[in-house]
Amino acid sequence: MSGVEKIAVRMRVNGETREALVEPRTLLVEFLRENLNLTGTHIGCDTTYCGACTVLLNGRTIKSCTLFAPMADGGEITTVEGLATNGALHPVQHAFAECHGLQCGFCTPGLLLSTLHLLTKNAKPTDKEIRKAIAGNTCRCTGYQNILKAIRMASDEMGKR
Amino acid sequence: MRQLGDESRVLAGGQSLIPLMKMRLARPTALIDINFVPGLNDIQSHNGELRFGALARHTDIEMSDAAAGIPILHDCAAGIADVQVRNQGTIGGSVAEADPSGDWSATLLTLETSVVCAGPRGERSVKLEEFIKDAYTTVLAHDELVREIIVKKPPKNSGGAYLAFKRSAPVYATASAAVQVTLDGKDICKDIRIVLGCVGLTAIRAKQAEAELRGKKIDDKTMQRAADAVRSAAEPQGDMRGSADYKRTLVAALVKRAIGIAARRARGERVEAGHEYVGR
Repeated sequence: MSGVEKIAVRMRVNGETREALVEPRTLLVEFLRENLNLTGTHIGCDTTYCGACTVLLNGRTIKSCTLFAPMADGGEITTVEGLATNGALHPVQHAFAECHGLQCGFCTPGLLLSTLHLLTKNAKPTDKEIRKAIAGNTCRCTGYQNILKAIRMASDEMGKR
Repeated sequence: MRQLGDESRVLAGGQSLIPLMKMRLARPTALIDINFVPGLNDIQSHNGELRFGALARHTDIEMSDAAAGIPILHDCAAGIADVQVRNQGTIGGSVAEADPSGDWSATLLTLETSVVCAGPRGERSVKLEEFIKDAYTTVLAHDELVREIIVKKPPKNSGGAYLAFKRSAPVYATASAAVQVTLDGKDICKDIRIVLGCVGLTAIRAKQAEAELRGKKIDDKTMQRAADAVRSAAEPQGDMRGSADYKRTLVAALVKRAIGIAARRARGERVEAGHEYVGR
């Protein structure tokens, strides 16, 4: 694909305006990891299955391996790096740590953003709603039980604030 | 699109096209991203019709008043793949892709649906039955795109259900059944449409199964006869999702359940239904 004309993309990532010239086929996850060095967003399967690459685009979760970076032009992106404030963990991150909602941690960035998206729309989800909300995030370590516990705890903690 | 040549493709949500490109099953020389075209994602309801802009995302349809009033649309929209894909994938893309396992085509074929195609020669409205020609093949000319999907609202005494069985959330279904039934009184089937998904090169209208019910009382016996007719109507191929015989059995069972749920909904009952998978 040498000789392909690069195009300018500009988006707000974790509150900061970022821009770069990229090949049109650059995936959003590649833009985040390689152009911006935000390697917290993981590439697990690269087939729209596992959800490790989940980020927020304009407040909604998407799989960043299944979006070309130019499609997010002008958008607002939140990655796992944007969750903590001044070194203090976000309540969702804190709940995952407290409840052992992770083991190897590879799927965790995606799960944190899916959880945040769920709790933003539905502050008190039922277990069934939680399961449906994280059905696009695969975890091969935990068996999901502690992830459910973590999401329930995050819901409680965020409800108190 | 004319300037860019035959191998250029329109990019809507990208949730099918981008994975196909990664596997080199699609190798477009140019993409035309329509996501920034204003007004293409509207969902409107008037004059007994619902109009879905091509870029209406599955999530937007799931949350819409339009889908709240027509349960089969909600069943479909709320269970396609997973949250992330529903946030990005579009109804227009799904219909234009014409994947044999696509959820929207099977669902919309139970309703009076037309596809508004726009191109340099103007617009034309094509019935969905005629729009889909074969697997991954539609009547769209190379320089045309889907602008809007128009669905006629079913009558008051009508109810529908879309049941899709899949191995996990993100994957295509192994088989699916879409049923829309209109009742005469409490349990006589005045009219019915039964459509099978994932068990042929396109979604299949099971007309013999419909004939087993039309004008008759909906009970276990007639539902079973319809399910038996579905086994013959299905044309599944064995693959990693299951053998041909397994899919026949599965789709017949899904149809039987979908008829029951559709009939209950036609009577005004609230029944939960949709995609099913392990862990749900």
